[in-house]
Amino acid sequence: MRMLAVEADRVWKYFGDYPALRGANLAVEPGACLALLGRNGAGKTTFLRILANLSRPTKGDVRIFGDASRGAEARRKVGYLGHGIGVYDDLSAIENLILFGELAGVAEPRRAAVEALERVGLERVKDGMAREFSRGMRQRLAVARAFLHRPEILLLDEPFTSLDDKAIAVLQSLLQDALAGGATIVMSTHQIREAMELATHVALLERGLIVHTGLRAPEMLNDPGWLYRTYGAQA
Amino acid sequence: MREKATYVLGLLAALVMIFNLHTVFTQLPDEAMQGAVYRIIFIHVPAAINADIFFTCALVSAILFLATKNFLWDSVTVSCVEVGAMLTLLNLVTGSIWGRNQWGVWWAWDLRMTGQLMCFLLYMGYLLVRPAISEPTQRATMSSIISIFAYADIPLVLMAIRLPNVRTQHPGPVLETGTLAPEFRAPFAIGILAMFLISSALVLVRLHQESAQREIDSLRRELHAR
Amino acid sequence: MNGLQAAWAIARKDLRTELRTKESINAAASFALVILVLFSFAFDLGREELYAISGGLLWLVYSFAGALIVNRGFAREVPNDCLDVLLASPAPAWALFLGKAVSAFFLLVIVEAISLPVFGLFYNIRWTQNLGSLVLVILLATWGITVVGTAFSAVTVNVRLRELMLPVLLYPVLIPLLIGAMGTTTALFGGETLAGENASPLRLLIGFDAIYTALAVYLIEFVLIV
Repeated sequence: MRMLAVEADRVWKYFGDYPALRGANLAVEPGACLALLGRNGAGKTTFLRILANLSRPTKGDVRIFGDASRGAEARRKVGYLGHGIGVYDDLSAIENLILFGELAGVAEPRRAAVEALERVGLERVKDGMAREFSRGMRQRLAVARAFLHRPEILLLDEPFTSLDDKAIAVLQSLLQDALAGGATIVMSTHQIREAMELATHVALLERGLIVHTGLRAPEMLNDPGWLYRTYGAQA
Repeated sequence: MREKATYVLGLLAALVMIFNLHTVFTQLPDEAMQGAVYRIIFIHVPAAINADIFFTCALVSAILFLATKNFLWDSVTVSCVEVGAMLTLLNLVTGSIWGRNQWGVWWAWDLRMTGQLMCFLLYMGYLLVRPAISEPTQRATMSSIISIFAYADIPLVLMAIRLPNVRTQHPGPVLETGTLAPEFRAPFAIGILAMFLISSALVLVRLHQESAQREIDSLRRELHAR
Repeated sequence: MNGLQAAWAIARKDLRTELRTKESINAAASFALVILVLFSFAFDLGREELYAISGGLLWLVYSFAGALIVNRGFAREVPNDCLDVLLASPAPAWALFLGKAVSAFFLLVIVEAISLPVFGLFYNIRWTQNLGSLVLVILLATWGITVVGTAFSAVTVNVRLRELMLPVLLYPVLIPLLIGAMGTTTALFGGETLAGENASPLRLLIGFDAIYTALAVYLIEFVLIV
């Protein structure tokens, strides 16, 4: 059996006595692009944060390429893009990327940073302070940061929400390149078309449990509610 | 069932305490040098000893919470810290009264009292910060860390106030208890035990309250999620 | 990149952003200046008596400035969710902590270096004799302030009323450190050396630093990844 890229094994997460995740199971094959769907409050952000080692599961394991240790090696293979932009306002674009490149163990941080900025179309403002960027530019910088160290696994929390059209195009292009290069993507989304187009698999998270996983079907592209109606417990 | 046991324990402890105090006030003679006020040591010292016991319990349960993530241990920590802080306050107040009687001042930076005051400040920080954290797991984790940091400071505090150069600034007298005469030892030991039992009963009451509170919080959250 | 290199990268980042805006340094240095002026009105002492409280005065000023500096610590990582990115990176949690503690240390040392001559000027205190020993004491005590302060800054990062809670937690824990620093500094200003009676406070400072650095580095992962 091939090793799974990302595996969540009966993951529980309690906030006090309230279970946000109730034994969620997920198995993501290498090279897949999984769209993680679920209503607000289902636990998508909690789940992704646990996968990214930002939060400890109360019970259960998470394995990155079979490694449950959550050590530096496992984290090196992961790129995370959360709700927040994750760049420092008081550093320039290139300073931000060099810092994160260094932390991610990139061999030549400056060169990688310049390349990443070119990729997202920000090379002309590389010395500009992140604080002065427009919202769309900040989003592109965030995307550059997530892809900087060419991670094998990308964990993205509602990445297409509130992006402008330029940023959407950049992100789609980067995701396609990453997939072509063999990366694995887990992306939570509200069934936005741009996300669904890229997805090869889907999973539905409902009240802390994964109630359905499978290939992405054509019906899901056109009808936002299809998955919920077909597999969800609540309409 | 558990509540009944707690109340029985509390009642028993209160009875033992009252009996002991009765003995202390009516049957023991006045002390040679200090007169009647020395009887306060039957409350003052047991309070300090028990505070130490409960703060140590709080340390152990804080470590256990971090290791097991079981909220029972966090409830034990907060209950022990609250009771310990109360006992420390009792110790400070009775010590102050004793000092006023013996030296004419309400506070004299006596070595032991200063150490107790610092303990009180350390755990006061715990008690103030804890309600300011809304999320239960974070609250429990941060409180446990604070409890560990506070306890680690106690030996350092005791060392610091005994430094030679500090002593010259605060040469205050030490509340001397000396050695206890034999007829005092039994009431003294009973006093420690009685205070321990009462405090334990209070801890149990607080534990029960904490678990009820957690249940309410989680039900409320579950309700909002629908 | 190993842990220490990651820590240094974080420290450089903090120092670079802070030295660009100079927000913390300006605020802390101005505050120190104001306190120095205020204290001069608090008492009317002759030269000899002033030397007796000189160390205490200086460390009061330094600890107030220190609280302002460490307050920014992990709060800097909150906007834009940068803390999440740092934690998701291969850098270990202790390296993130150590980097921030080191940058806070350097910033506080800068503020202290600015305040010391002003202090000497306003209070007519000679501080250049025994400069090496004075620098040693200042560096040791400053590390204690920044390591505990940065740890508590991580603990209080999600706490309501953070700016109030951090000092409430920090100052009681720092008491033994400040007692040791105050005593030795007063002695050094008075012309004594770090030998003899003044060696035990120095050991206290070193002990404090060692204990709390170890505790903070070991426990910080529990604080940051809940």
